Amino acid sequence: MSVTVLYFASLRDAAGMASEIVDRPASLSQLYAQLRARHGFAMAPDKLRVAVDGAFSGWDATVDDGAEIAFIPPVSGG
Amino acid sequence: MAPDFRIADAPFDIGALRERLLSAQAGAFASFEGWVRDNNDGRAVTGLTYEAYVALAEVEGGKIIDEARARFAIVDAACVHRVGRLELGDPAVWVGVSAGHRDAAFAACRWIIDEVKSRVPIWKHEHYAEGGAEWLHPGGEGAGLGDRG
Repeated sequence: MSVTVLYFASLRDAAGMASEIVDRPASLSQLYAQLRARHGFAMAPDKLRVAVDGAFSGWDATVDDGAEIAFIPPVSGG
Repeated sequence: MAPDFRIADAPFDIGALRERLLSAQAGAFASFEGWVRDNNDGRAVTGLTYEAYVALAEVEGGKIIDEARARFAIVDAACVHRVGRLELGDPAVWVGVSAGHRDAAFAACRWIIDEVKSRVPIWKHEHYAEGGAEWLHPGGEGAGLGDRG
């Protein structure tokens, strides 16, 4: 029972990897808290959006086994 | 046919993008190009690297084009955004809109680039003349973990 987490931009640099497979969490908030502690992410969760399986999602979305999760830091295209 | 919003990992052909929007219904065309500038926030910049969550960026960008079609009296619209390493002066983003009249073309073009900048998961990594580089995360205080050095 696991999920894949994708990292981008400063989160990728801080994690030192583009993705990892982790145990399926009880919630997205709990997952970010765990990863933040493990990788030392400076960014608070209220600065992030979250995407599940390639679509923006709410933080309260359920996390299915095998889901692909990305925490989206503030964007800076253009 | 090319999608209406595309992430490009190589230089794009602006002439071909414009040509795609030509239409007998359109009496107006407006476009916007974003270029790599040699400074930001008082620091000398030597180049940029853009990164995207490509799958989500193309979905979100496509929604923006669809929303523009619903909000403005336009004929068609398209946008391309680069990823990868860009040098000073390189085009980073292109937006084009064809419409019956100029007001809608200008308004939709402006709206699309603003939405792309605020919603599409693309990030800018600035390389500085003084050395080092930083990811830009506007409003994301606490993020500023630049890989200086």
